[in-house]
Amino acid sequence: MIKARVTVTLKNGVLDPQGKAIEGALGALGFDGIGHVRQGKVFDLELQTADKAKAEADLKAMCEKLLANTVIENYSISLA
Amino acid sequence: MKSAVVQLPGLNRDRDMIAALTKISGKAPVTVWQTETEIPDVDLIVIPGGFSYGDYLRCGAIAARMPVMQAIKAKAEQGVRVLGVCNGFQILVESGLLPGALMRNASLKFVCREVKLQVVNADTAFTRAYAKGQVIRSPVAHHDGNYFADAETLKAVEGNGQVVFRYAEGTNPNGSINDIAGVVNAKGNVLGMMPHPENLIEAAHGGSDGRGLFASALDVIAA
Repeated sequence: MIKARVTVTLKNGVLDPQGKAIEGALGALGFDGIGHVRQGKVFDLELQTADKAKAEADLKAMCEKLLANTVIENYSISLA
Repeated sequence: MKSAVVQLPGLNRDRDMIAALTKISGKAPVTVWQTETEIPDVDLIVIPGGFSYGDYLRCGAIAARMPVMQAIKAKAEQGVRVLGVCNGFQILVESGLLPGALMRNASLKFVCREVKLQVVNADTAFTRAYAKGQVIRSPVAHHDGNYFADAETLKAVEGNGQVVFRYAEGTNPNGSINDIAGVVNAKGNVLGMMPHPENLIEAAHGGSDGRGLFASALDVIAA
């Protein structure tokens, strides 16, 4: 079995109102020097295969087809 | 003309849509469940509003991958009219039938109120009953209606006259880019919009500004 982590983040230039709100809240808590905050998503997946190349190809297809909306989001894949 | 209303788990505006279509066309629409792979012979397919799949992952994302969407894509390619309202609009952009994306409202709040819409393009199958530039009233109720498209897509959408409705008179409730409230595909037969025209069609609703949209799409004269 292969464990994988997919990280989905908003593309540069896409407004992230949730990130902005978090940025403001961190400032309100007294954390100084906070630059931009961007919110994203993390998916931990288990794949029933030992073939890393196949796992990577499958994960890429999963990202393109469902996990990310490539109109507004980027994704990255890492295998444990 | 015959119409169909798509039903998916979590959609909750289907009954309002069925009532509007029945009242305006005089015929009840057929209902189509998400697992169906063929759609009956109709002239208009409507994806109503709601919270399909609990808005999990992204609004409309899971619904857009259900079997019925392949059937809707095939019908859209044949020129059948498709209307998506609210969650229906989110499903249409997630399925790639319409350009852009719908993001969390800039205020981060769910908005449920009335807005003003300017009819930007009155030359579509959905807006013929209105005049270009006309401002109509419409209810909105959503959390993720903030329309976004990258610069290149936006230029194309604006340039091709694909923006059908804009929020008017400072009523943009969600931060949508260029105040966009509704867009049509390049071919002109698929319309998505966040506002709910089906909730303003008769005196009991306090107005009938939404009626023209269905009268246009169903080829009946606006009442």
